[in-house]
Amino acid sequence: MSTNTAMIEKYRNNFLKEVEANVEEGDWVKMCMQCGVCSGSCPLGKHWEHPPQEIFMMIRAGKRDEVLSSDSMWMCTSCYNCIVRCPRELPITHIMHGLAHYAKRLGLAPKNQPTMKFAQLFWDNLSKKGRVNELKLGISLYFMNGFGEGIKTSLKMKDIGLGMLKAKRMSVAEAFGGHSVKDLSGFHKMLKKAQELEDARLTQHG
Amino acid sequence: MTEVVATNETILVVGGGISGMTAALEAAEAGKKVVLVEKRPYLGGRVTQLYKYFPKLCFPTCGLEINQRRAKMNPNLTILTMAEVTDLSGEAGAYTATVKLSPRYVNDNCTACGDCADAVETEVDDEYNYGLTKRKVAYLPHVMAYPQQYVLDPAIIGSEDAEKAKAACKYDAIDLDMQEREISFPCGAVIWATGWQPYDAAKIQPYGYDRYANVISSVEFERMADPKGPTGGKLVRPSDGKEAKNIAFIQCAGSRDRNHLLHCSRICCMASLKQSTYVTEAWGDDADVSIYYIDIRAIDRFEDFYHNVKSNPNVRFIKSKVASITENKENGNPVLNGVDTEGYNRYANEHDLVVLAVGMQPSVDKDSFPVDIVVNREGFIEQADGNGGVFAAGSASDALDVNRAVQHATGAALRAIQVVNRVAGAEG
Repeated sequence: MSTNTAMIEKYRNNFLKEVEANVEEGDWVKMCMQCGVCSGSCPLGKHWEHPPQEIFMMIRAGKRDEVLSSDSMWMCTSCYNCIVRCPRELPITHIMHGLAHYAKRLGLAPKNQPTMKFAQLFWDNLSKKGRVNELKLGISLYFMNGFGEGIKTSLKMKDIGLGMLKAKRMSVAEAFGGHSVKDLSGFHKMLKKAQELEDARLTQHG
Repeated sequence: MTEVVATNETILVVGGGISGMTAALEAAEAGKKVVLVEKRPYLGGRVTQLYKYFPKLCFPTCGLEINQRRAKMNPNLTILTMAEVTDLSGEAGAYTATVKLSPRYVNDNCTACGDCADAVETEVDDEYNYGLTKRKVAYLPHVMAYPQQYVLDPAIIGSEDAEKAKAACKYDAIDLDMQEREISFPCGAVIWATGWQPYDAAKIQPYGYDRYANVISSVEFERMADPKGPTGGKLVRPSDGKEAKNIAFIQCAGSRDRNHLLHCSRICCMASLKQSTYVTEAWGDDADVSIYYIDIRAIDRFEDFYHNVKSNPNVRFIKSKVASITENKENGNPVLNGVDTEGYNRYANEHDLVVLAVGMQPSVDKDSFPVDIVVNREGFIEQADGNGGVFAAGSASDALDVNRAVQHATGAALRAIQVVNRVAGAEG
């Protein structure tokens, strides 16, 4: 049984409870009073199929598939405008990231969602050396959507790249291994431990 | 100068608005000695600044006249205006109150003829109209002011205007040598009726009250509707004086918001519904009212009023708390941005004028009470044993409309009477 079906079994007909138990800051969802200030304050609001206020109502209405497979919460850029203005101080930004993370964990996030792809690239890059390798991250980002588009983007950005090399903001040497944190094995141990703790938490809750 | 004769059987009422007046009159008419202390130069408080009451849409001047007459007739009542309680010590049945009396520079000879106002030239913002107009520095606060006496603004003392006012007075009513005084007197119980103040709309940053001329507060709109108000009762835009027919009301402006006031201010829904009738009455079929709300809280008998307004095709209800206001630079129209809750439609609506239904907050800051008193987290006075013989009346105790404030004040009078009756019983 996949995690997804297990969750459906466990929280049958009560998606709000599922969100409360599994999504970061999910227990805030029920506090929403549907005023709409978050949706109206979001600078990217018009690109959301379902603005935050609607997402909260959909959660309460049990629209599990629509919410978890939605592209909307991936639109959040963490500007925090909604959090500052929310009359009930809901941590909306965190809830959106929590929902996105949960959807990804269950394998329900929309395929080829660019924010999700970038987040994964960023994490893979960072977790290798404990430092972001900007050269590699940049290149992998250019080639995220295929070889052809990667070449096109690289050519478009070449002046900026050369400028950065000249100003010593980027180094070609990064292509070979790249710099790392001082205690690299300690860093990897730390990540491993964190993963263990998270896995233990999931077995307990999920 | 006013002399205060008081004993431990005297009731002190702090604040001469509708609640303080009611409590003072009820106690005085029940035979108790009462001293009423009011900070403003006149009684009636914020009720004097209202154009109409809800739900009957009658004029507050009517009830005010009755109360002023009751006050005038009652020998048990001593009224101190331009006075503030600065200290209260002792315990229930035996308090000593200290009151600061600010000089009015006008004595009881005043006949309210107005010659002094004609003589002076300097003008300052008129606080009675929330600064929408100017007033002379020798002034009658409003036409029905009680006591019916002029006031000299302290700013002109020592100036040429002060001498002009004095010279113009035919009744020797202007006394430029009046000084601030402090008096102390005993009292047995205290009714605290310091009332409310509108929440500072400028603090709601996304609404741009301090940036856009055509975004005003509900208390300012109330003055505007008054035929004796700053625009002679005409509903016009502050920016260009153009007739305002397309008017938006934003509910919960500062209320029910953890960034501003925690509580529901209770009056604002009814106030906006009432004010929407000013618009439909003024412009008839040309009126275009939009009320942006989270939910309309017109409880019990007010429900009828709500349904009447709702049945008017010229009044629209939009279930949405507006996220931000911007301005159309070409015509000065405020643009309301948000997403509604019924359909999640994104809107950017232009209006001639926007009224923010601002919340009610206690007029005394919770950290600056001159007496030891229990207040809740919103700053309203709690009913608590620790308050001894001090009782809150009206909107010092909670966000209340006039009707409930008056009922509450009557109850407060009864509590205070019980305390002074105990004193009388003990003293035989």
